[in-house]
Amino acid sequence: MSLTLIHKFTLSELQRKFTAGDVTATEIVRAYFLRVTQVEPKVNAYLTQRKEAAFAQAERLDQALKGWRKTTPMMAMPLAVKDNICTEGVRTTCASRMLDTFVPPYDATVVAKLRAQNYLLLGKTNLDEFAMGSSTENSAFGASRNPWNIQTVPGGSSGGSAVAVAADECVAALGSDTGGSIRQPAAFCGVVGLKPTYGRVSRYGLVAFASSLDQIGPITKDVTDAAILLGAIAGHDPRDSTSANVPVPDYLKALKRKDLKRLKVGVPAEYFADGLDPEVDQAVRTAIEGLRELGADIREIKLPTTDAAVATYYVIATAEASSNLARYDGVKFGLRAAESKDLLDMYLKTRAEGFGPEVKRRIMLGTYVLSAGYYDAYYGKAQAVRTLIRQEFEAAFQTVDLIVTPVTPTTAFKFGEKAQDPLQMYLSDIYTISANLAGLPAIALPCGFSKAGLPIGFQLIGRPFEEETLLRGAHAYEQATNWRAKRPAIR
Amino acid sequence: MEITKQEVEKVAKLARLALTEAETTAFSQQLNQIVAYVQKLKSLSTEGVEPTSTVPGQSNVFRPDQVQASLSTEQALSNAPDAEAQCFRVPKIIQES
Repeated sequence: MSLTLIHKFTLSELQRKFTAGDVTATEIVRAYFLRVTQVEPKVNAYLTQRKEAAFAQAERLDQALKGWRKTTPMMAMPLAVKDNICTEGVRTTCASRMLDTFVPPYDATVVAKLRAQNYLLLGKTNLDEFAMGSSTENSAFGASRNPWNIQTVPGGSSGGSAVAVAADECVAALGSDTGGSIRQPAAFCGVVGLKPTYGRVSRYGLVAFASSLDQIGPITKDVTDAAILLGAIAGHDPRDSTSANVPVPDYLKALKRKDLKRLKVGVPAEYFADGLDPEVDQAVRTAIEGLRELGADIREIKLPTTDAAVATYYVIATAEASSNLARYDGVKFGLRAAESKDLLDMYLKTRAEGFGPEVKRRIMLGTYVLSAGYYDAYYGKAQAVRTLIRQEFEAAFQTVDLIVTPVTPTTAFKFGEKAQDPLQMYLSDIYTISANLAGLPAIALPCGFSKAGLPIGFQLIGRPFEEETLLRGAHAYEQATNWRAKRPAIR
Repeated sequence: MEITKQEVEKVAKLARLALTEAETTAFSQQLNQIVAYVQKLKSLSTEGVEPTSTVPGQSNVFRPDQVQASLSTEQALSNAPDAEAQCFRVPKIIQES
């Protein structure tokens, strides 16, 4: 098979070709690294590439398959993994100087599951340091660039994974989503991003940012691929006590129905208020009409506490981060400052040298809101508001099956545009944050382009553990529109 | 409520972060801006509302107390900045009298 074709396939297409024997694992690796060599200098998606190891692994697979061709769904599928997900023997940096040389002695559970099926790890992708950011500009190793316009950010924090998928540098990728870090870059890069229900996917081996919000999920070329990859990583894990003991359905079955008849879809007015770019507003409203034409029953709903979501999130997420990141003390792993006069001095200097500005800012904010005298006023209050936000969603889901919203207030912004104003950057997470606070599954998928040619996405939010409904809605819309036909030129 | 530079310095010490003068000034200004924004939570009534610390609302999860394989000492020390005799080596913490 021509090497210049292989990188264009979706995961489901490549699975069929590989299972049928039309393409070998070695051809897959060769095709993808050819592609990576061509576009990576322009987009900078990867922090670590695993070229030699992937070739060696592919050759072994091809040898083993010579006699009796027995494959598993993810066998030889070339994936990229966000660099805050531990990969045994492969450097995992979190895009931080703190973990520049960290080589995990174990796999994250999601990686172990994929490895058990003989997937191919092409490399580890760029992110905002410790997943804190919305643009990859906070990466200690340089930002990734949006394939649709390399002068604009790819979004973040899973920017590298979204870029790698959009630029065909991998067939699919894993990201993590604490406040929108899968969905926002997916929307900016014109691909599909799914944040599963909190507890649907094990967090074991995901470097912790905000433990009550973090969730690993797929970034893919289409909705079918998201269903496949979610199925491969979902499930209960004894090593993550917050992972749920809920059976994993066959997500592909959810895609069989092509209409949305008898599906009630809610539109919250609060998500279409001031600050939403008119082009994004128009594209999302057109998408809602598309859902209606497919048979969905569109209803107005109310989520009045939406306005408080960003404030709630930035108290809870930073509080948890300040606690989680206390482990970087220069003792057991990661950076240690070269010269220090005593233990306290070592802590102070190590953390000053190892963390970048945004990570320090969030540790400071989190420490402040947890400190004596402020705990109840900020952290306790935010936890109570979080309950209100959850209850509003529970009430809404009494009357609707899905909620439809924008993913981002604008299309991808230019480098430096928000980097000097942390609060403006935080406010751009307004539409994605609530799903994390309420622990709900949500998917971002393409619904058009701006006049400037940048992708626009929309979001569906579902009930806990009802990823099947999300996928059904997203797939029916995708089949009726085919935005994926347009590909980025990357120049 | 103003977060002073002294307060920023105190928080930095709690967080074990050595800040430069420029960082202290910048964080003081930025934290004030962010905390002012967060004040909007005060306008919401949360009387009698239970806090959410985690969504599943789980209590403790137990498993049988069985001996299982774990990382070897060598693996556990493989990323240590400084190790000696199967231990993590750190600066001296007990003063000689």
